[in-house]
Amino acid sequence: MATIRIPPVLRPQTGGQTEVDAAGANVGEVLRALTAEHPATEEQLFGPEGDLNRYVNVYLNDEDVRVLDGLETAVSDGDTVVILPAMAGG
Amino acid sequence: MATTQTTQQIEEIEPFEAAQEIEGGDVVLIDTREPHEYKEAHLENGKLVPPGLLGDEIAAAAPDKSARTILYCRSGNRSYKAAEQLQALGYENVASMAGGILAWQEQGLPVVSASGMTAEQRDRYSRHTLLPEVGVDGQLKMLNAKVLLVGAGGLGAPTALYLAAAGIGTLGLVDDDVVDASNLQRQVIHNTERIGVPKTESARLTIEALNPDVDVVEHNFRLNSSNIVEILSEYDVIVDGADNFPTRYLLNDASVRLRKPVVSASILSFDGQISTFVPFEGPCYRCLYPTPPPAELAPSCSANGVLGVMAGTMGLLQANEVLKLVLGIGEPLIGRLLLFEALSTRFTELKVRRDPSCPICGPDAPEIADEDLGKFPDYDAFCAG
Repeated sequence: MATIRIPPVLRPQTGGQTEVDAAGANVGEVLRALTAEHPATEEQLFGPEGDLNRYVNVYLNDEDVRVLDGLETAVSDGDTVVILPAMAGG
Repeated sequence: MATTQTTQQIEEIEPFEAAQEIEGGDVVLIDTREPHEYKEAHLENGKLVPPGLLGDEIAAAAPDKSARTILYCRSGNRSYKAAEQLQALGYENVASMAGGILAWQEQGLPVVSASGMTAEQRDRYSRHTLLPEVGVDGQLKMLNAKVLLVGAGGLGAPTALYLAAAGIGTLGLVDDDVVDASNLQRQVIHNTERIGVPKTESARLTIEALNPDVDVVEHNFRLNSSNIVEILSEYDVIVDGADNFPTRYLLNDASVRLRKPVVSASILSFDGQISTFVPFEGPCYRCLYPTPPPAELAPSCSANGVLGVMAGTMGLLQANEVLKLVLGIGEPLIGRLLLFEALSTRFTELKVRRDPSCPICGPDAPEIADEDLGKFPDYDAFCAG
């Protein structure tokens, strides 16, 4: 089981939860477990082809999955997946 | 214009008049005291010519006898006598500063002291100069630094206040907004009486009251692709506290071209992010965020709300980054993104890598015309700030 950290802009879609536990062997599966539980998050995370939207950064622990194996990046028990969109508030 | 008649009275000018002339340029400034006095404190660009050496040294210090030549000493007596001597030597346009450097300092005019700082500055910044990592040299770096704050709002307000207190010598403020009552829950540089006043003006008034060493430059307009290069060129470090994506990308693109470091933070509700982008040394904003989010995923503080202390917390983390860059100490947040969540009081650090395909700082990045700074070829409309 991994823990997904939910950014403020996605919290309305997770019922206000800031963290969601989700199972999966890789990052893609973990995120799909999230969208299965909270379907409203799907279109904000994934494009029509099933790829991660370019404006959503996803980190496994402290590393950007873009420099790992993307959605295929293996996830271990106890890992943290951070979803991070850009914010512009100043 | 004085003549060369030796019988003529020496012109005496007040310190403020001397200051105006010096400011205007083309003035030879001669300090007619002894070396130990000069070392303690002297006027900037004042050339030391002790009275006993006047005949020998004046020709080197003031080769042009027709140039405007202002002399000063401690209280105005020695400089008056020296001015008489110079007039006798054929100097045509000589003045003695009445009251000397004592009167000059009484009027709050600046001097260069033994440490390079005035007595007031040695006192004001003593808690900085006591730090071995800062010291007098570090404080002088701060006094000579030019920092541009993009946004004089939530983030800009605390950043500007603390940078001003720290003695950053020049603070540029970019903001085209006026103070609104709804700003005051977090924008602590403004106050109730300033509602309706331009934010840059309000911030300048607060800063001037806090620290007269700081020169505030107001840029009371929005940055755009035609003005940003010129403005950024004037500064050493840029602080991004903008409230919208177009300005953030524009600022990134221009700062990479000019190789200016940017301390970038953003806040929303109870969350904040901060990183430091040093072009070609670490990633840039586009390496971190290649594409801005669509409007529904990019709410603004005015739409979503923000806890006031988030602005203070992240703004001061920005100020901390700026001071480290100016001083050249510590480890700035280069290649690191720091997240702060106020509700859990949790800091999280993420790695940010340079993107080899970055269209701005990547190895194959094309040259970009001014009008294309901040643009997205495949992105029609930005979300609103």
